[in-house]
Amino acid sequence: MPDTPQVKSSFSWQIKKPIAGPIILALAAVFCAVFPLFGSTGTLRLMNEIMALMIMAQAWNLLAGFTGFVSIGQQAFIGIGAYGLFVTSIETGLNPFAAVFLGGLAAAVVGILSAPALFRLRGPYFAIGTWVLAELFRIVILNTQKFGSGSGLTLARVIKTIPREYRTSGTYWVALFLTVFTIFLVYFLLRSRFGLAVRTVRDNEASAESVGVNILRIKFIVFIISAFLTGCAGAISYLNTMFINPYATFSVEWSALLIFVVIIGGIGTIEGPFIGVLFYFFLRETLSDFGTWYIIALGLVAIAMMLFVPNGLWGMVSKRFNINLFPTGATVVMKKG
Amino acid sequence: MIAWIDTLIQGVLLGGFFALSGLGLSLSFGIMHIVNIAHGDFLVVAAYLCLVICGLFGLNPLLAIIIVIPLMFLFGYALQKTILNKGVDGGELSPLLITFGLSIILHNLLQEFFSADAKSLDVGAFEVASLNIGPLHIGWLPITILVTTLVVYYILHQIMESTKFGMIVRATVDDPEITSLMGVDTKKINCLGMGLSMTIVGIAGTLFGIKSSFFPLAGGLQLLFAFEAVIIGGMGSIWGTLLGGMSLGIAQTIGYRIGSGWGEFAGHLVFFLFLLLKPSGLLSKETQHA
Amino acid sequence: MLLEIKELKAGYGEIQALFGVELSLEEGSTLALIGANGAGKSSLLRCITGLIRPTGGQILYNKKNIAAYRPYDISAMGIAMVPEGRRLFPSLTVEENLIMGQCNKREQEWTLERVYDLFPPLKGFRKRMGTELSGGQQQMVAVGRALMSNPRLLLCDELSLGLAPVVIKDIYRTLETVTKTGLSLIIVEQDINQAIAASNSFLCIREGEIVLSGTRENADRNLIAKAYFGN
Ligand SMILES: Nc1ncnc2c1ncn2[C@@H]1O[C@H](COP(=O)(O)OP(=O)(O)OP(=O)(O)O)[C@@H](O)[C@H]1O
Ligand SMILES: [Mg+2]
Repeated sequence: MPDTPQVKSSFSWQIKKPIAGPIILALAAVFCAVFPLFGSTGTLRLMNEIMALMIMAQAWNLLAGFTGFVSIGQQAFIGIGAYGLFVTSIETGLNPFAAVFLGGLAAAVVGILSAPALFRLRGPYFAIGTWVLAELFRIVILNTQKFGSGSGLTLARVIKTIPREYRTSGTYWVALFLTVFTIFLVYFLLRSRFGLAVRTVRDNEASAESVGVNILRIKFIVFIISAFLTGCAGAISYLNTMFINPYATFSVEWSALLIFVVIIGGIGTIEGPFIGVLFYFFLRETLSDFGTWYIIALGLVAIAMMLFVPNGLWGMVSKRFNINLFPTGATVVMKKG
Repeated sequence: MIAWIDTLIQGVLLGGFFALSGLGLSLSFGIMHIVNIAHGDFLVVAAYLCLVICGLFGLNPLLAIIIVIPLMFLFGYALQKTILNKGVDGGELSPLLITFGLSIILHNLLQEFFSADAKSLDVGAFEVASLNIGPLHIGWLPITILVTTLVVYYILHQIMESTKFGMIVRATVDDPEITSLMGVDTKKINCLGMGLSMTIVGIAGTLFGIKSSFFPLAGGLQLLFAFEAVIIGGMGSIWGTLLGGMSLGIAQTIGYRIGSGWGEFAGHLVFFLFLLLKPSGLLSKETQHA
Repeated sequence: MLLEIKELKAGYGEIQALFGVELSLEEGSTLALIGANGAGKSSLLRCITGLIRPTGGQILYNKKNIAAYRPYDISAMGIAMVPEGRRLFPSLTVEENLIMGQCNKREQEWTLERVYDLFPPLKGFRKRMGTELSGGQQQMVAVGRALMSNPRLLLCDELSLGLAPVVIKDIYRTLETVTKTGLSLIIVEQDINQAIAASNSFLCIREGEIVLSGTRENADRNLIAKAYFGN
């Protein structure tokens, strides 16, 4: 990977040495990989939840932060990924850990099929359009016996075929693999020439077109990658709870959660979602005695960030101390127009 | 045959409601360029507000609407002034994310204060009374809603076309910068615009609470219906939203006829079909001028 | 002095457009502001009307520093602008466009009738949409709209842009009759002769700085050409 990718015309980006972040990440991954050997099942479950949200947030961030496409219908892909896993492993007896990837694929296919309609909507309209997509699938599932209709599905029978000691840790390793995969994918995607093009599209469609970037193709590819990752994360999330129903799975609260997390952490960066996810779980675990107030608090913090600190917590930190673990050359996103 | 005429009539009546709530959304798109994700939740808030007012003063909801409207107007004005006007400077996505945040906060606040149980506004026998023409039974309530919708559309049209305020609003939509050079505080126009949008939401919300039961999370679907009405009708066209609402109502009613679980699905499907086949909607601003 | 500008700096985000502009204008007089494309003429007018906020310096209007004021307050104090490119409101009729000028609620001197007397061709188009008019007629509406706000100081940005010479002459003649009533004027033009002929004094601006100033009488074509284009 060259340190300064060049594109014809006046676009050139100075990208700093890409070392610190990946090394920290690799060390963390090694530690995390052996964690199940001594961590309790409860902790593993929590970690699975954290990692699933982490992947979803990165995927949303990839879409929104780097291409300007804001989706509030990520629950469509979460739900399809999860149902993909449940249905295939219940029907065919396929190993549920492998079925996670099938869930992701199912979400990607839905992404491919729905893109022609959704891409006709610009900006905010795209956002609501994705939500309508989620509703379509929720209704189909509600009306289909095979998918458990309104009462949902459980993995209890499938999971009995897996040795007890691997039930939670299996999910954990899949989740860990996907988290690392996601971060590296997003990171290298954005440092590549492709990433340069992606950012050009985000910053200025007209100038992107004038340097010969095929905007639609780029948006399409990013959308599909994001759908795939979100589908996998949805599958992990419900593999972790073993139970699924169309109300919770296709709830817009999913999108709310991961958008809050990205905005609080810092949109358009790889570090941001990390911080945001940790902030969320910190809030949830400390305020767990007060019902749903932690969501209200999270929403208020997100709105305040939106208004006063549009670059989020990581933006503050990185500006204050001038650090950038994953330099991608990506900057502020909330541009006019 | 009679069954299909009945379906059509019910569809138009149902569509009347979508057209009304779509109008509120259409206004905030059109004037402030705000895609108000909390639109449906504000509708639900208006219903709860009406419930509280009815409880406090022992009023009929159709009377309490007189108190709901000014309160919702003030709420809209204040919301725009305190939060949304600040977000507008960050492009059109920041109001979207801010209203999304508000939406989630409202869900949880309503749940804290009113519990997750469904509530409804009681108007007594009127709710089920119907006009019978031969084999057709047409409820007085849906008729009232449709008539209200048409009246609101008419009044709004008059405000926009024949008052000085309407003229200033149109100018602001055209070119806010030049409008401000004319001595107009366009941020204030935005506040009034949101107030107007919320006035309509107040009316629609009360009617919503009367026609169906509501619960804290009921707003999401209402946003989608309103949004679909606006898109099917064509962005930027008030009368388009009216037609869009009707189309959505008819689509849903046909869906329900096919299978009780498929009404909403049919509506969503029609929406997607419009995106694919006629993305500019029934009456978009461009076709109106052409 | 009706208007006195000192050390004015302004720009668009990162891009600075004005680098310490100085200007003064006597009540009742006309000033021509000339300069090449991108010199900063429009930016200066936008600063005076409050559309962009200066990053430094002062704009003294009637001895009051209006540098941080909002456009609508400045309008109410009697500064109006005919913007570059006319910018009529496309969904308003001609008459509505004119009426918009009155939104600043200043004491009425100008009425629709007076504007129609000034620009007789407009009378027949009252109910037409502003953008359905010819360029020259649109410019008349734009000037009329600015006058309807009863200004003491009128800023005109490239009135002649895209208009036929006859029409330009017409509009300038009309403006002359208006200035007789005591209205002060700043006109921005690319056409040096046109601008200087219509004014008492002139300023030449280049790259955001005033590089030459003078009066109509002592205007030296060579000096101006040099200042206009740089070396
Ligand atoms: N909206 C804007 N955003 C960024 N830069 C701008 C903007 N408008 C003008 N500029 C820059 O400010 C400088 C001065 O522009 P300005 O419009 O004031 O020039 P001008 O003298 O009016 O030119 P013209 O005769 O072409 O109208 C130019 O370098 C221009 O590129
Ligand atoms: Mg200019």
